[in-house]
Amino acid sequence: MPNPIEAAARATPAPIARKVRGLSDRAIAWIFVAPTIFLLLAVNIFPLIWTVRLSFTNYAANRPNREVEWVGLRNYTRILTDEGTWATMQTTAHFLFWTIALQVVLGFTLAWLINRKFKGNDLLTTLIVLPMMLSPAVVGNFWTFLYQPQIGLVNYVVELVTGIPASSFSMLGPGGLAPWSIIIVDTWMWTPFVMLICLAGLRSIPDYIYEAAEVDRASKWRQFWTITVPMVLPFLMLAVLFRGIENFKMFDMVNLLTGGGPGNETLLTSIDLKREAFEKWRTGYSSAYAIILFVTVFGLASIYVKALNKVKER
Amino acid sequence: MKRTTLAASAAVALAWAAQANAQANELTLCWAAWDPANALVELSKDFEAQSGITMKFEFVPWPNFADRILNELNSGGQLCDLLIGDSQWLGGAAENGWYVKLNDFFAAEGISMDDFAPATVYAYSTWPKGEPNYYALPAMGDANGWFYRKDWFTNPEIMAAYKEATGQDLREPQSQKELLQIAQFFQGREIDGKTVYGASIFTERGSEGITMGATGALYAWGFKYENTPGSYDMEGAVNSPAAVEALEFYKELYKTATPPGYDNAYMEQSLDAFKSGQVAMAMNWFAFFPGLYADPTTGGDKIDFFVNPAQNVAASTLGGQGISVVANTDNMDGALAYIKWFADAEVQKKWWAAGGYSCHKAVLEDPNFVNTAPFAGDFLQAMGGVQDFWQEPAYAQLLLAMQERVHNYVVADQGTAQEALDGLIADWTEVFEDEGKL
Repeated sequence: MPNPIEAAARATPAPIARKVRGLSDRAIAWIFVAPTIFLLLAVNIFPLIWTVRLSFTNYAANRPNREVEWVGLRNYTRILTDEGTWATMQTTAHFLFWTIALQVVLGFTLAWLINRKFKGNDLLTTLIVLPMMLSPAVVGNFWTFLYQPQIGLVNYVVELVTGIPASSFSMLGPGGLAPWSIIIVDTWMWTPFVMLICLAGLRSIPDYIYEAAEVDRASKWRQFWTITVPMVLPFLMLAVLFRGIENFKMFDMVNLLTGGGPGNETLLTSIDLKREAFEKWRTGYSSAYAIILFVTVFGLASIYVKALNKVKER
Repeated sequence: MKRTTLAASAAVALAWAAQANAQANELTLCWAAWDPANALVELSKDFEAQSGITMKFEFVPWPNFADRILNELNSGGQLCDLLIGDSQWLGGAAENGWYVKLNDFFAAEGISMDDFAPATVYAYSTWPKGEPNYYALPAMGDANGWFYRKDWFTNPEIMAAYKEATGQDLREPQSQKELLQIAQFFQGREIDGKTVYGASIFTERGSEGITMGATGALYAWGFKYENTPGSYDMEGAVNSPAAVEALEFYKELYKTATPPGYDNAYMEQSLDAFKSGQVAMAMNWFAFFPGLYADPTTGGDKIDFFVNPAQNVAASTLGGQGISVVANTDNMDGALAYIKWFADAEVQKKWWAAGGYSCHKAVLEDPNFVNTAPFAGDFLQAMGGVQDFWQEPAYAQLLLAMQERVHNYVVADQGTAQEALDGLIADWTEVFEDEGKL
């Protein structure tokens, strides 16, 4: 049986063989990698550099005939001294903190319960993960109906339980409930995701560790804190990283639910940035805004990933 | 092999030529998706029959209309040959070369702007404002008006209850304050076993809703954008005591006389609230009035219309649009032929009859015009006192600044009316400084 490499070499047409002959392994490696590098440069790096450049100008994408002026750090100064921007950052931080906290607690609890063997376990797991399979646009639209003060199920249930008239309050309206309403929806949708990751972590713990603990007469409580939690922690931290990144760029669902309102109560940075870039058409300003957000997220994510690696090494 | 290649090439060339020919005989008209657009589809069948040009339509829902179309224009797309665009876009469209300047064409075809109502020519066609540079033909006159449940207003029991409560007769509101009083009277009242509310008004934050609603009150109180037109001196005009009072009024109307949960409501929500029998009165654009009158549940004898009530001044918020030729069209002759056809007085009469709001004097100055529809007289009256938002090239920034300031005050209870208007001046000043106009 002929050597396949030799067979391939023999099958190569002579003109191509002539051209290829003499190329080093390094050159061939570059030929293979070059298209990917080119795409990466064109799709990621060039736009990033271009955005940095635009952030120092007054460029407006909808005003192609207007002279583009170099404005130095003016866009950055305006953003960093604008109270509205800081309020938006606070709103985003509030949303991030509470969604992640609730999803971690609920997701881990559900995973812990689902991890036990009982009848209907599979069916229940499927039902629990249904929300995360829905489109955020669909979720946004039907929760808008659920939150409707006059015909919505949420207000109806609140009236039934507490006696507070359904039409006397609005979950998405003024009164301070809107930020919590979007947290509830995101938690409803994405807790199953955290649950699945935690479930993977729980199922990766070998039974013999618990058996050894039983032999040592460790209580269930002690087993939970000294075996379950530490071994699931890397998975949990990964879930937090995923949810943090996802929720930092949250747009569609919140935009459909509240559009950032009432007032600016649910105005997340992604919605604010979209408004500046594609509604007000302040391209230079929004480029600076995007760079600031990029640096913030990149810095926080780097710190977090380092912490995650340390936990995994333990 | 060569023959096959030749045949394939010929087929491709023929297909390309056929497609190019088809494009030459096609026009795409872009507009918002609403009742008048459907009327225009019907009307345009006459043009298709006369010209042999096939009309295609691209109608975008209102909430996405500006985003979608301005992106299209900005990216140099060729989706639209003709565009019925918002009046506020005119400055930017003219400055950026998106619309064709129509002066020479009008002169060559004998189309006179004197044949159209002056307010509509000013608002829908000219840039800079009032200068005889025409970038559109007035196509759809519109203003923000009101409609109400006539059957409730003429119900003896309700009339008596109103008289008892206020000491006045229940009638079409003659002032903004009377409108508030009536709306508050109906708020939470039981009618036919159902709880009803006073009025549905515009509170939407994302696009232009609350600005279009609140300016109805502001204009009625005598609001001005500048002390001297064209000078951008806003201090004392935008935040005048009358403007503050008007904004406080609009907030009171929202807080005390609208249905629960109407904190982000615009055209659709206003129509829904009225058609579902929830409200006694509602604001909306005249463009919807034919459809409302024809509604089997709340139209006909149950509905009547009134112009935005005056407080200090008789004034209404301008809506409506002109029709422009998109500079990037690949069928310029066809697009201009459509404009010529549409400018014809007979076509304009059919346009009004079909449900469109003609701006042509042949329609508006017809002695019988006010009798042609129950809202025709109100429309004429409204168009006599319309006021528009800034039409500057930077209008999007100006509009969104007002959306935010007004919504934050009226709906989200942030700050006072004075602070909202002072803040608005600061926002607008920053925009005009960036524009080099201040």
